[in-house]
Amino acid sequence: MNNEINNNIEVISNQNFDVDYFKEKKINFRIFKDKFFKYSTIAGALFISLLLAYILFYIARQGISSINWNFLTELPKPPGEIGGGVANAIVGTLIMILLASIIAIPVSIAIGVYLSEDKQTKLSYWVRTGLEILQGMPSISIGIVVYVWVVLQMGSFSGLSGGIALAIMMLPVIAKSTEETLKMVPYSLKEASMALGVPYYKTILKVVLPSGLSGILTGILIAVARIAGETAPLLFTSFGNPFMSADVMKPMNSLPLVIFNYASSPYKEWHNLAWGASFLLVLIILILNITAKIISRKWKIKF
Amino acid sequence: MENQVLNIENFSFYYGDSQALKDINLSINKNRVTAIMGPSGCGKTTLIRAINRMHELTENTRTEGSIKLYDENIYELDPIIVRRRIGMVFQKPNPFPTMNIYDNVIAGYNLNGIKLKKSEKDIIVEESLRKSALWGEVKDNLYKKGTFLSGGQQQRLCIARALAMKPEILLLDEPTSALDPKATAHIEELISELKNYVTMLIVTHNMGQAARISNDAVFLYLGELIEHGKTKKLFTTPQDKRTEEYLTGKFG
Amino acid sequence: MRKLFSGDKIYRGILYASAFFLIVLLFGFFITFIFESSESLSKFGFGFITGTQWDPIDSQFGALPFLIGTLITSFLALIISFPLSLMIAVFLSEYFHKGFFHNIIKTAVELLAGIPSIVFGFWGLFVLVPVIRDFQTAIGIEAYGVGIFSSAIVLSIMIIPYTASISREVITMVPSDVKEAAYSLGATKYEVIRRIILPYSGSGIFAGALLALGRALGETMAVTMIIGNSNIMPTSIFSPGNTMASVIANEFTEATDSTYLSALIEIGLLLFIVTAFINLIGKYIIKKTARFS
Repeated sequence: MNNEINNNIEVISNQNFDVDYFKEKKINFRIFKDKFFKYSTIAGALFISLLLAYILFYIARQGISSINWNFLTELPKPPGEIGGGVANAIVGTLIMILLASIIAIPVSIAIGVYLSEDKQTKLSYWVRTGLEILQGMPSISIGIVVYVWVVLQMGSFSGLSGGIALAIMMLPVIAKSTEETLKMVPYSLKEASMALGVPYYKTILKVVLPSGLSGILTGILIAVARIAGETAPLLFTSFGNPFMSADVMKPMNSLPLVIFNYASSPYKEWHNLAWGASFLLVLIILILNITAKIISRKWKIKF
Repeated sequence: MENQVLNIENFSFYYGDSQALKDINLSINKNRVTAIMGPSGCGKTTLIRAINRMHELTENTRTEGSIKLYDENIYELDPIIVRRRIGMVFQKPNPFPTMNIYDNVIAGYNLNGIKLKKSEKDIIVEESLRKSALWGEVKDNLYKKGTFLSGGQQQRLCIARALAMKPEILLLDEPTSALDPKATAHIEELISELKNYVTMLIVTHNMGQAARISNDAVFLYLGELIEHGKTKKLFTTPQDKRTEEYLTGKFG
Repeated sequence: MRKLFSGDKIYRGILYASAFFLIVLLFGFFITFIFESSESLSKFGFGFITGTQWDPIDSQFGALPFLIGTLITSFLALIISFPLSLMIAVFLSEYFHKGFFHNIIKTAVELLAGIPSIVFGFWGLFVLVPVIRDFQTAIGIEAYGVGIFSSAIVLSIMIIPYTASISREVITMVPSDVKEAAYSLGATKYEVIRRIILPYSGSGIFAGALLALGRALGETMAVTMIIGNSNIMPTSIFSPGNTMASVIANEFTEATDSTYLSALIEIGLLLFIVTAFINLIGKYIIKKTARFS
């Protein structure tokens, strides 16, 4: 072995030559390129954060002056009249979010539990694929389908159909986060409970699910944040309603719809209401996201 | 004196507030293999990573004193020049997974933007692979991914990659710790051969390995250089009690 | 072996039922789209996607202007946002992988993802559109303000978080020993990023861009408010136009006769298929990348 190596090296060393890399002039250029790249990256990242800050600031400045007691408690007034509020939209948004949550949460948690149980079956493969398709699906497509399924059957736009459309949007988010959370619950915890003679389903319901609660809760909050600002699926489901209505079988207003309808109107007062609604909406979503973050950080299950 | 390639003078190293190396003085002679030994956490790896300034990739580190490559203080040069002149081989074989064997060997030139003719590249690749005793095994598969080689072959590929840059010093950070005994023997043999071409510093926690392959040995303990001398002498008649204790297995 | 209590049977039953429910739901989506657009499908056939006339009064429905409008706005948005997204990803993973600046930029990107589409549209209409209008006046073209270009800019801001977060994830997956090897050969950080990190994470970044494209294609409200809602073929990137999503949003509730409605639903069907396809490819690539490392 030794000889072999020696011979090889001797043969090749005759052809040895030196690459003149110490005298290379390019070194300064390379260092310049490195610096240039670094600073443009920082500039790019900074640009995006400043842009975001500007957008948030702009919305806050336009919106904050519209928000007062009347804004929160009154109904919109006809164009030309000063004042008015978006109370019906706030109520509508809350009702539809509640409705969507009631529909989506049990089903999507069950789907998430299913995926954490049957990790690699044919059905679970298709369910995962289905969730991915649903997650990437344009919200307007969901609006169309719910229109056909619910609105056409009921013969009227309704808060209920809006809630169903939003529920479908929540589904993949909650199911995914449930699955991810339950994956992290250690098997030993299940075993411990089973060893005490607790039936399997009770083990899941009383031991596994509660220990993954914070993760599931985070998923629900993120899902609510995602749908709170959704407009497209409501355009032809809940449709909008200038009056106060808590009847889920009737058309219902919501904050995003208010923004859409008022923003494209020619009236200054309505624009102000729309800015107020935008600010309120962004604020709600911000709070939901921050809460989700705090929950997932503070209550993080550590095993 | 002119035989000295590297001179480490009053060198101290800090991670944040904690001092990892204390006032190290060490000179390395040309074409010799120097083994750096010591119990884990003694600063072996820190020392060799400071020699090609790899520690600068980690935040919150600070050095004092100087390390001279011939007459130049490496802390006054640009790190990219230092690293090109002082090559490094790591604990775990780390060939570039996106590149084939040929591109792995020539990677140093490509990364540094040095334009070479194909014929020049061919020579460098062949020469480096021959030096690392890998040529015979891979010469027909030069355009296959390096990650398909065995662990020992991958490590020799990494040695070839470092040698291709024609470094003045080659640093080896426990190069056999992730390899099986056979591959380890192969690498050790290779290191003994290579000292005719390059000066080497090898970190090892394996005393047998140090005894087999090194000319000189350094014993570090708790960030201090305890002893430095010819390997044979250090192993047979250690001057310091701590060296002796280490060699007789008292530190584990 | 665990003994099956009847409770366990009910439990399994519920799980299976909800899993099947999801499959049925999606299948139902597909069937509904096909069924509800069948009139338009049979009436116009392939001509639906090559026809340039969209004339509800004459019952002539060709969706090409919307297909073109969708493709131009989405790709333009992707081209604008891609470099910025990559910069953010590199910034977060290589230059500031923790600490104050890291948190600021990371939070900014997360906030950006949280702002509703409708609010972006509103902001774009009142802030961006006037700027674009001035710009168009300055370079001496017809100053609509609204149009494809304005929509693409707003879209590009909206999709940054998608590409940025996925790219950041795949860049973080590049093993540090491989990066160290490159540094030890004398490469600068830029060279390591350019020649080691980007090739390594290339397919993942591509997937991130695909998912962002999927978002852009289906994005409705912001575009609807800014694109100008014109049903004729766009002649330049500054023309007003319509995308597939925006024409549905605008005309769905006005569509009184069945052919009209069916034509709009066929656009919805196309959108559904294209986005599903793009998403599945993107997710597949990401899964493969994750396994590779």
